[in-house]
Amino acid sequence: MGFGITMIREKVRVKSFKINDICVTGQSNQTILEVARDNNIEIPTMCYLEGLSCVGSCRMCIVEIKGSHEPTPACTAKIKEGMEVTTNSPQIEAARKMILSMMFSERSHVCSTCVANGDCELQNKSVELELEHSEVPYLNQRFEIDASHKNFVNDPNRCILCTRCIRVCDEIEGAHALDLAGRGLNMRIVHDMDEPWADSQSCTSCGKCVYVCPTGALYEKDISEEEVIKKRGIITELIKNRG
Amino acid sequence: MNISADDRYNTLEKSMKKLSYEKNALIEVLHSAQEIFGYLGIDTLKYIAKRLKLPYSKVYGVVTFYNYFRLKPKGRHNVVVCLGTACYIKGSEKILEKIEKRFGIKAGETTSDEALSLLTARCFGSCSLAPVIVCDEQIKGKVSLENPLCDIEEMIK
Amino acid sequence: MITSTAELQELASKKREDNEKNPREISPERSTPFYTKQRRIVLENEGLIDPDDIEDYIAHGGYMSLFKALDEMSPKEVIEEVKISALRGRGGGGYPTGLKWESVSKVQSLQKYIICNGDEGDPGAFMDRAVMESDPHRVLEGMAIAGYACGANKGYIYVRAEYPIAVEKLNRAIKQATKLGILGENIAHSGFNFTVEIRLGAGAFVCGEATALIASIEGNRGHPRQKPPHLSDHGLWGQPTVLNNVETLANITPIIKNGGAWFKAIGTESSSGTKVFALTGHIKNTGLVEVPMGTTLRELIFDIGGGATEGRKFKAIQSGGPSGGCIPEHLLDLQIDYESLKSAGSIMGSGGLIVIDDSSNMVEIARFFMDFCRSESCGKCTPCRVGTTELTLLLDKFIKKEATKKDFELLKEMCNMVKSTSLCGLGQTAPNPVLSTIRYFEDEYLAGIDTKCH
Repeated sequence: MGFGITMIREKVRVKSFKINDICVTGQSNQTILEVARDNNIEIPTMCYLEGLSCVGSCRMCIVEIKGSHEPTPACTAKIKEGMEVTTNSPQIEAARKMILSMMFSERSHVCSTCVANGDCELQNKSVELELEHSEVPYLNQRFEIDASHKNFVNDPNRCILCTRCIRVCDEIEGAHALDLAGRGLNMRIVHDMDEPWADSQSCTSCGKCVYVCPTGALYEKDISEEEVIKKRGIITELIKNRG
Repeated sequence: MNISADDRYNTLEKSMKKLSYEKNALIEVLHSAQEIFGYLGIDTLKYIAKRLKLPYSKVYGVVTFYNYFRLKPKGRHNVVVCLGTACYIKGSEKILEKIEKRFGIKAGETTSDEALSLLTARCFGSCSLAPVIVCDEQIKGKVSLENPLCDIEEMIK
Repeated sequence: MITSTAELQELASKKREDNEKNPREISPERSTPFYTKQRRIVLENEGLIDPDDIEDYIAHGGYMSLFKALDEMSPKEVIEEVKISALRGRGGGGYPTGLKWESVSKVQSLQKYIICNGDEGDPGAFMDRAVMESDPHRVLEGMAIAGYACGANKGYIYVRAEYPIAVEKLNRAIKQATKLGILGENIAHSGFNFTVEIRLGAGAFVCGEATALIASIEGNRGHPRQKPPHLSDHGLWGQPTVLNNVETLANITPIIKNGGAWFKAIGTESSSGTKVFALTGHIKNTGLVEVPMGTTLRELIFDIGGGATEGRKFKAIQSGGPSGGCIPEHLLDLQIDYESLKSAGSIMGSGGLIVIDDSSNMVEIARFFMDFCRSESCGKCTPCRVGTTELTLLLDKFIKKEATKKDFELLKEMCNMVKSTSLCGLGQTAPNPVLSTIRYFEDEYLAGIDTKCH
């Protein structure tokens, strides 16, 4: 027996629990988010993308679990028998609004000058959560745009650091051409050793990173707002078909 | 640059071999590389990435995450001002200000003649001696707020 | 090679005879009140033994506990003894060590790990450095006992790169112990194997957090991950892992030697044993002090520390580093233990105690810690990455006396939001210094509000 099979696998079992007082069931290897979506209960997400690994970093999908002090992200929390989950308490909704405000305040998200205007998950989220104005002061960090690639542009000013692009490049394309550089507020998505996209030796120019980007941080060149179609579902389909 | 003729790369190769070229020993390898070269240049990082079979972006991501790693060479001498709590309470920010003013550089920079690099740290665990500066790896404790420069002047003389 | 308790005792008595012939000088300071008010368990060997000489450690009873555990006790009995001692994690969390070990021991796995957290990141704390530098074998012995109890045969010590001497002492200690067969294969013919490796940090405070530390040992950026799964199920390289702080492990040897009940009798009901504190700031006597839990802050600051520096008045004491809070003078009779510090709005933390006198502005102190968290935030989760920057800027407004009443409300709201929604301990505790100074020194915040604006 190799080291790979050291953990004794737990059998997958059916678990019953409640989300917003609605009785639901799921399998023990599922997350709260997955079971909620199976039951048409909406939990807003941002860094999550079905088919990619879950990092639980944006904190948008936080929910309350009875008996636990702090909110938990639904995308990483496995379901348990008898648990009571609340997805929409006033506290949770207020916290989500402030998290969303922070995403807007961190860099510059001026929709009117963005190619993703109309097809932007950040923009949609503000409609969904009824965020009319932000209490959080703007930080408006500025970064250089990388338009060296023949087809694509990387505009860090629109990036919310969800890391979907890094994960899709590593987990699906297998190239790992992108990663995070720096830390904290200065964190950026870089190609190779922070080189111009066009010079990247690892990038296969497959475009998956552009498809999964929730905002206008990664986009296709020379197309207008109306023509932008983010093919985010492509990745999920790809994974499903691979079985 | 001819890498095989550079002795420093042989030393680096040896230290990677000692760690069995394990991918997860990346941080250890970066520590030795910085010790050998004084800093981590892009050529060195690409060399390490190839030898450990790691993606470039991953190596770069790790290097830029940790404060201890430098992408640029440092000066012939270096002074590190501790900005930990005990030193802060005892006025270390004023010391930093005075050094910055005297040498015309900000924390993290090196003077144009490459004589001195000015760095900051988050605590050397020498809090009883606060405020503390470190001149070329030598800890200087209870630094005077009025005249914090004499140790540094002495060092770069 | 030492393969039995008898051989260990023989070496110890031989070395003791040698020591008597060439006695080491003991610092005369040890008879001052600074020392006599203390009770030293973790630091019992500090300054008394030669950290570079394993024989000196053995002469002072070193490795006797490990051999006792291997010879006379089952792993279960070792865990039982640690549970009786009620030792709680000294890194700050205060989780019962025995329970932590038990949960890992119960998981079935071919590979398990013991990690010693020597990434003492709190600015103003240096007790772990003192233990690693002055008594490195004590750390190794604690790890080996933990390994035996939990069924782990591999240990890592994660030390910050800022502590080169600690690294050097530990490396030498590992070499010496391996040479004598105290670490390695089939220790004391017990069939138990245990090896230890050192991993260096590289300057990231967040790596003191368990999952970030593991990411760093694995050679990655020190990003924490959401728990669960807990380390006992999914730790280093996905295997069950025990992560203990240096000071916690330094308590294991005396617990096995004297028994859990002996340890339990020291300290208070909820917090047994002693705690090492680093007394710094505006105080006469600075340095490391080890006192039983339940000692009052007043005893610590005035009897041992000698009070505030000459000509100044004591104002507050900051405990727990960037995750802790400030305790004002009227609470100085508080007995130190995990719960009482928490109820006062601070935490035990790793043991940094910074005395603040009346020359300091508390909003500036709060800003100092917030700025620290801002620059050390790994950036993974939104509330901590953006929130710590926003909070630093908000505090700046109070310091410049340009804040509005609305800013004060926003400050409090944002503190609570960052606390409850951040991914790891760094963000979850970053607002503590602000919240505790608002609680006790609200007038200093109100003084920062520009009333002309309204």
